[in-house]
Amino acid sequence: MLRLPQFELAQPRTLDEACALLVEHGEEAQLVAGGTDLVPNMKHELFTPKVVISLAKVAELRGVRQEADGALVLGALTTLEALAQDERVRARAPALAQAAGLVAGPQLRRMGTLGGNVMLDTRCQWYNQTYFWRQALGFCLKKDGSACHVVAGGAKCVAAASNDTAPALLSLDAELVFHGPAGARRIAIDALYSADGIYNKTVRGEILVEVRVPATPAGHRGAYGKLRERGSIDFPLLGIAARLDLSADGTVASAALCAVALQARPLRLKKAAEVLLGTRPGTADFEAALQEAGALAQKQCHPLDNIPGDADYRREMVPVYVRRTLLAAAEGSGPVHHV
Amino acid sequence: MRVLSLHVNGDRVELAAPDHWTLLEVLRYRLGLTGSKQGCDKGDCGACTVLVEGQPVLGCLTLAASCGEKPITTIEGLMPAHLAAGGTGPDPVQAAFDRCGALQCGFCQPGMILSARALLNRNAQPTRPEIRAALSGNLCRCTGYTQIVQAIELAIAESLGVEPCAPAWAPGTNPWKLAAPAEPGA
Repeated sequence: MLRLPQFELAQPRTLDEACALLVEHGEEAQLVAGGTDLVPNMKHELFTPKVVISLAKVAELRGVRQEADGALVLGALTTLEALAQDERVRARAPALAQAAGLVAGPQLRRMGTLGGNVMLDTRCQWYNQTYFWRQALGFCLKKDGSACHVVAGGAKCVAAASNDTAPALLSLDAELVFHGPAGARRIAIDALYSADGIYNKTVRGEILVEVRVPATPAGHRGAYGKLRERGSIDFPLLGIAARLDLSADGTVASAALCAVALQARPLRLKKAAEVLLGTRPGTADFEAALQEAGALAQKQCHPLDNIPGDADYRREMVPVYVRRTLLAAAEGSGPVHHV
Repeated sequence: MRVLSLHVNGDRVELAAPDHWTLLEVLRYRLGLTGSKQGCDKGDCGACTVLVEGQPVLGCLTLAASCGEKPITTIEGLMPAHLAAGGTGPDPVQAAFDRCGALQCGFCQPGMILSARALLNRNAQPTRPEIRAALSGNLCRCTGYTQIVQAIELAIAESLGVEPCAPAWAPGTNPWKLAAPAEPGA
């Protein structure tokens, strides 16, 4: 039985009220939307805030809309289930819909939100444990301790970014709108994540309002591949988002490959994506480019032994998932998972 | 501590609970509704599944104070709802679980049945893969899931007035299963 530490719940109804509460309580407050990340973490005493500010009733964070230019504006409170089922998202940003549809299990997707997944805390098997367990080990770098149990002598936390939607949003060049005391601002998703496992975001004290996915061209193809031990519930052992924009003659005009669950920030695999440019799916050139992309991705990806699944196995699966996810994108199918 | 006014199994209940109590704790330890099980208590197992506004969610990760007036259904509320709707006996999914022996220890059963009930409410004729997907957030450590899926298929067949489809282990339904040896002398 895991009890939550004591806190007071605040349930603001507007963004301004929520911001004011965040300013008032500062570091003693935590924001919660669906609660599927924060609540278990609070039960493990990784966070013991005095005030929990629920965003669930803030109307400004709701809704999905499509702008005149085809861009999608996704409210931070959009549940992962709603995102996975939304016809506009499935048509315009298939990798994102597929990634949202593979997060955890049905109940968690119905509770968990896009905003929560973007802002997900990094994960490590030495960190996501009860207080008793962590204390027995002398704690760790990320919480309450000074030693890293993953990298001997490591001075930098390597807890893994484990959000399925992050690589999909990176591949789509998404932008995030945050609201803080100084008003609203828009940042590219590339600028949100840093390589620090303790807190892998560059934004603090602001509220994620919406995620903007720029319009994708007519030849846009996308897919998401997720390696995990079971077909449901698990966090990714490896996540690959693939994007191929095909020109009118069917050749790859632009490509993106992004990965998650390898290190503290989601990664762009730029070199691997570049070899696909100018090839046409279905040809021997494309097949050869898939092999090369897999090899280049494997060179760049170094999974650590800090999340479930053997690190060597996860590394061997990098080219496999890069190839399968790119193929699925080219065919307009997906998602890719083998359980 | 705050006074909550919850809408549980068709009844309005007022109770006092601290802000940090989960819906599961309020159901079990304030209202005595111990049908919802406390399993992993951190969102992995699905034993605490309840329906909020008809949709399965995890009681162990839902803050009771955030439920407001939303209607909540626990396993205890299924049979009364079925009777109130003019049915007889327990909910058809519950009855089918009983008839198919879709449980051993029974710990996952309330969550399984509520996930299945929500599925059938939104889709009266789900396919076998759809059933398995709808139950994929509920872990069972005893049965191997086979009879659970069979029970839901039985409940569907009965609601449609047709013969239930062959269970997963029946000859001919598993392509990888060897054909039965021929009867001697046949």
